[in-house]
Amino acid sequence: MSLQSVVGGPFAHDRSSVDRIMLHVCLALTPATAWGLYLFGWPAINLWLLTCASALATEALCLYLNGHPQRRLLDGSALLTGWLLALSLPPWAPWWIAVGGAAFAIGIGKHLYGGVGQNIFNPAMLARVALLIAFPLQMTTWALPNPLGSAAAPDFFEGLAITFAGAPLADGLTGATALGHLQTELTLSRAVPEILAEFSWLDAFLGRTPGSLGETAELLILLGGLWLLALRIIHWEIPLAMLATVLVLALVAQQVNPGRYPSGLFHWLSGGLLLGAFFIATDPVTSPITRGGRLLFGLGCGAVAFVIRSWGSFPEGVAFAVLFMNALTPLIDRYWRPRAYGRNGRGNPLVPAKWTAQVKEVDKV
Amino acid sequence: MFNLARISGGIHPAGHKDRSAALSIAPLPLAPRLFLPLRQHAGAEALPLVRPGDRVLKGELLAASPSEVSAPIHAPTSGRILDLGPIPAPHPSGLTVNGYVLEVDGDERWIDLDAPADPFAVAPTELANRVAAAGVVGLGGAIFPAAVKLKQGTRHEIKTVLVNGSECEPYLTCDDRLMRERAEAVVDGARLIQHILRAYSIVIAIEDNKPAALAAMRAAAEPYGAIEVVAVPALYPMGSAKQLIREVTGREVPAGGRSTDVGVLVHNVGTVYAIQQALRHGRPLISRVVTVAGSCVTNPRNVEALIGTPIQALFDACGGLSKTPRQLIMGGPMMGTVLPSYEVPVIKGATGLLALDAHELPRAEASPCIRCARCVDACPMGLTPLEMAAHTRAEDLDGAMQAGLRDCILCGCCSYVCPSHIPLVRYFQYATGKADERRSASRKMEHIKQMTEARAARLAEEEAAKAAAKAAKKRKAAKPADEVES
Repeated sequence: MSLQSVVGGPFAHDRSSVDRIMLHVCLALTPATAWGLYLFGWPAINLWLLTCASALATEALCLYLNGHPQRRLLDGSALLTGWLLALSLPPWAPWWIAVGGAAFAIGIGKHLYGGVGQNIFNPAMLARVALLIAFPLQMTTWALPNPLGSAAAPDFFEGLAITFAGAPLADGLTGATALGHLQTELTLSRAVPEILAEFSWLDAFLGRTPGSLGETAELLILLGGLWLLALRIIHWEIPLAMLATVLVLALVAQQVNPGRYPSGLFHWLSGGLLLGAFFIATDPVTSPITRGGRLLFGLGCGAVAFVIRSWGSFPEGVAFAVLFMNALTPLIDRYWRPRAYGRNGRGNPLVPAKWTAQVKEVDKV
Repeated sequence: MFNLARISGGIHPAGHKDRSAALSIAPLPLAPRLFLPLRQHAGAEALPLVRPGDRVLKGELLAASPSEVSAPIHAPTSGRILDLGPIPAPHPSGLTVNGYVLEVDGDERWIDLDAPADPFAVAPTELANRVAAAGVVGLGGAIFPAAVKLKQGTRHEIKTVLVNGSECEPYLTCDDRLMRERAEAVVDGARLIQHILRAYSIVIAIEDNKPAALAAMRAAAEPYGAIEVVAVPALYPMGSAKQLIREVTGREVPAGGRSTDVGVLVHNVGTVYAIQQALRHGRPLISRVVTVAGSCVTNPRNVEALIGTPIQALFDACGGLSKTPRQLIMGGPMMGTVLPSYEVPVIKGATGLLALDAHELPRAEASPCIRCARCVDACPMGLTPLEMAAHTRAEDLDGAMQAGLRDCILCGCCSYVCPSHIPLVRYFQYATGKADERRSASRKMEHIKQMTEARAARLAEEEAAKAAAKAAKKRKAAKPADEVES
């Protein structure tokens, strides 16, 4: 008789799997993505489809070249990387940004390091930063939200022309992001309250502002992130530490010089901070494995993002912040370890109580 | 009891306990032949005393323990010894072990049992020796000789006897039924252990998913002082001694230390019952309660099986198998071992027999680690299993030890939660085996080195003595000293 299938225990499992985790993250991204696609119209839909498809194609090619089984394509990690990259791109970016970015993210950001689970840097953010530095013009041309079906929105064929033929964008269709606008105006020595006078908080919260494809719909991102937290797919430490750090730093800076620094809420509602805090910095592969380490990681992400936004030459710093902290993750994991049972924080055994070695009176001879 | 030092980590696996917990412990019809391995305990193999062809009575000593850390084997029923040789072992390898084959005569004639009239009047050491002679080992699965632990009372101050009734493994209900049906005997056994160790108090810890057992034990403990029956949260691995001690006392056993370092000694309820039987009635350990469960078993329940009964007889007593199982397991699903066939016997450490179907088993193929850190969250020892596995895969034993392997209790929580289905525990079993091997090899090397040095020293001494004798002889003969000496 032969019963052998699994030779060693345990013979029980909680039925979780990597593909289910990735699927849930994608589901959590769906509302924000759908809203973004609706707001930015056909060019955005083209861009999103193209980025995801290129990510999957690159993954398939890399799996083949590395001799890994093709069924790993189904784990959803490549789709998620492509999806996150698409969400962080300007919605009307040309096709070669999508294809090149996805190929860079998967090929260089992930498989050059050895494939899923081996990369040091978040592949989507790596690609975004590479594109931003290599193609600053295309990566900072922001379309105004013109929902599908509205008069100013490009139709399907105009959308194809924008994405694939590089059709020039009319001036009236583009604008600046809130962070970009703030930085430009600050260089003209205007004060923050004056600049933000015409800033619509509600539009920022709902995503009706120029910006990356999926970064602007803060409400839906927040809901998706909270859903992932409730499912315990992401840990709470990184989003909490990252958002709280930005809020506190902004609060302090604003108290020091209200004319120079915007409030913490402005930071939360503009740019990619929420998307970064819930979906990008929480990438398990590139974040620390212990609770304390994750708090430190989130704190670092928030602080670096704030510093770049406030004093850097780029208006947005979340991608840089995440990459910077990714680089520190191995160091954090090395020094920030959980305390093992029966050992103190330094890893030395606890000392047994003296009295336990004593022999009772009755046994003394 | 409010306790800040709750155990960290742990998992909540599906219990699957309802069906077998509902039925009372059933006696098992005698099997025609019993198979008795000589080693059913931690420590050295027992020394066989009877020969093939000998007739033995129920409870007769068949094999004696050669050392302190070992346990004797007794005849579970009367009959004739057919053979002493290789018998199928309850081990995944499917290899054989040395053991007796006993042909059952069906008379169930007991040997004369000798038990003290009042064990509380007997000296603790004498009682501990009786437990050793009865062949009692840890019946929770650890199979460590119980008497060795009982003798700790003379070496350490034991404050609390902790009776482990948590039974955190899924499917298993043998301790649950034992506590419900034989609560008085278990409490009596606990009091005897308290007497042997001269401990101050007894704590009986039971997971809160067993209200009936809690009630029965509370009722049985009522008449006595210094016995506390506590409900602990149902969380795997609550039944692990270290985790239970932290839950109940709030103390942690120091790394590399024993429970006695915090003044606690833990015994499983099955062991406590066996100790009570040995001391009150003089009965050696010849049977145990076994949970027969799994979705392939027609009527899952607990049976009291004689040690050595082939497992097929246990399945037959539970209505047989409704379908062919994908996997046979001895013990619980978390820490149990695979059984190679239906011919293997029940041994002292067999808490359960599980016939599991494919849908109860995890997926076999593993995918790469995504560092999700669920294993870190689940580890009850506060370790980082993903790093231990990475070091093990690179054959970096020192790194793995440093990352936490030295503290690993092989509970399987990390494998249970791993979304990549990485067989983490198998890595750690492999690595601990390797580390043991390396340790014994280095000990051997050390021994050889010492022996070699001792030999060299002895030879040098002899040489010197010879030379001195020669010189003395020479001086005596008053010869010139120009001859060659070598």
